[in-house]
Amino acid sequence: MALIELDDVRRSFTIRTKAGRLRREKCEVRAVDGLTFEIGAGECVGYIGPNGAGKSTTIKMLTGILVPSSGRLRVAGVDPARERTRLAQRIGVVFGQRTTLWWDLPLRDSYELARRIYRIPDARYRANLARCVELLDLGALLDTPVRQLSLGQRMRGDLAAALLHDPQVLYLDEPTIGLDVVSKGRVREFLREVNTEQGTTVLLTTHDLTDIEQLCGRVMVIDHGRVVYDGGLGGLHAAGESERTLVVDLAEACPAIAVPGARVVKVEGPRQWLAFPAQDSAAPIVAAVAARYPLVDLSVREPAIEDVIARMYAEVAIG
Amino acid sequence: MAAMPQIEPHWRDSWATARLYLAVAQGAFRRYSTYRAATFAGAFTNTVFGFILAYTFLALWQARPGLGGYDTSQAVTYIWISQSLLVTVAVWGGGFQDDVQERFRTGDIAVDLYRPVDFQGWWLATDLGRAGYHLLARGVVPTLAGVLVFHTHLPHSPYVWMAFLVSVLLAVVVSFGLRFLVSLTGFWLHDSEGIRSVMLVVAMFFSGMLLPISLFPGLLGRIAPVLPWAALIQVPTDVFLERRTGGALLTGLAFQIVWAVVLLAAGRAAQLLATRKVVVQGG
Repeated sequence: MALIELDDVRRSFTIRTKAGRLRREKCEVRAVDGLTFEIGAGECVGYIGPNGAGKSTTIKMLTGILVPSSGRLRVAGVDPARERTRLAQRIGVVFGQRTTLWWDLPLRDSYELARRIYRIPDARYRANLARCVELLDLGALLDTPVRQLSLGQRMRGDLAAALLHDPQVLYLDEPTIGLDVVSKGRVREFLREVNTEQGTTVLLTTHDLTDIEQLCGRVMVIDHGRVVYDGGLGGLHAAGESERTLVVDLAEACPAIAVPGARVVKVEGPRQWLAFPAQDSAAPIVAAVAARYPLVDLSVREPAIEDVIARMYAEVAIG
Repeated sequence: MAAMPQIEPHWRDSWATARLYLAVAQGAFRRYSTYRAATFAGAFTNTVFGFILAYTFLALWQARPGLGGYDTSQAVTYIWISQSLLVTVAVWGGGFQDDVQERFRTGDIAVDLYRPVDFQGWWLATDLGRAGYHLLARGVVPTLAGVLVFHTHLPHSPYVWMAFLVSVLLAVVVSFGLRFLVSLTGFWLHDSEGIRSVMLVVAMFFSGMLLPISLFPGLLGRIAPVLPWAALIQVPTDVFLERRTGGALLTGLAFQIVWAVVLLAAGRAAQLLATRKVVVQGG
């Protein structure tokens, strides 16, 4: 059974803008415009989209701090906005740019507080804390005031705080923002562990596509409040009509190469760049070039996932 | 906010809730105690102002003995007790207000809303923890200084001391009720700083911090004692000075309780409206 269900969920905001000296004009902004999807228990889903696509609005509705304008929304069988307090026991939320930790006090105090807030039984609290401390390497930090922690340490601290009450769903809003490579790696490793070992359902928004590549079996790309892609990471290439690049080095500078199935995108002395559809084979193009031009060396470059998604955003903007 | 689910027996549920708020209050107490230098500087400032005002009052009462029904030693003690209570009952605002204001500015207020904890209860608990710390850290030094240097009026009966502490507790709750309402305007105004500055002046005047309310003339003297700000400084100090004993003590405490209940209820109503606004209109 699906843990998270959205059926034609919409959310619009009324914004007043200045129009003349005293006049205000109301205009309606549709932040989420007919979202329909399901997320099953134990999935790890990447939820991506450009700024202002409606990602945060979706998360706010899923946590119950925002009511949808229309449509049906269920998390663990519960209507989030109506039963926010009850739902809070079953979800964990981590915002990369906010903290739930008690700023001036040692990390440990925030966990003790979480234990009281979520009424975690003693044995479970001890076990969960021990597991988080071990996996996130928090042992040496427990008695350090949160304000003295580095961003990466604080992020790890926040992750533990969100998981002490064994939530069924974990929402993460840019969990690796601002972290260095080592900290990012550690956070991802932990999330993978939580997802695979604990079976916690994870919904992750991010601008760092490495997060998605390393963690998520499923990606949802959202733009202008709608899902524009939903599926595996591999399928993104096909959906994004991405191109691979063949880079050829010739013996001497030549005019732009003309071969069927590829087009020259760049010429730099004896080196030329040819683009061709990602799903096509490179072999016939290489053969054609080698037959007609003095080929010295070549390489094929795969499209970066960033470029694929950037192209997808651009297409939605035009279309 | 919705009540906790009643899955446990009622008394265990209440016990768990009490433990939570106790933990919150303890945390707030410890949090304020981490800033030692600020505490020391604050207590020093209260003491210096205590001296300035005490000498002013001495001069005033020498010219007009028995003014407002206070004898000279009571008048001087009034100054030291009000200086000692000033920060505890947050006449100038502050305490949880600073936190909430900051959370509005950064948007962290959203984090508070998805916690399964009552917003008002949470901040009341932190403010009581803070007040407990401030009563000790900012109250004891000025009081001692006053007692050592001046001829002061100290209650002998332990019952008066107890009544005084109860009155201070109620003063903190009334003060919280006022500040909570100011803070909640942040849901509509995004920044409650303006209203807060106005409230500061009003509170300074009507709490009896600058001058005992019983010295206010005419109409002002009739209105000021029934306003909630009188519950902050005037009532607890009069309890301390044994100007309120017996029936007058009970009416004083009852006055504080009534305002505490009214303000907390108003805060609760405002919180419901604010939550609805955020959840339905999207902030």
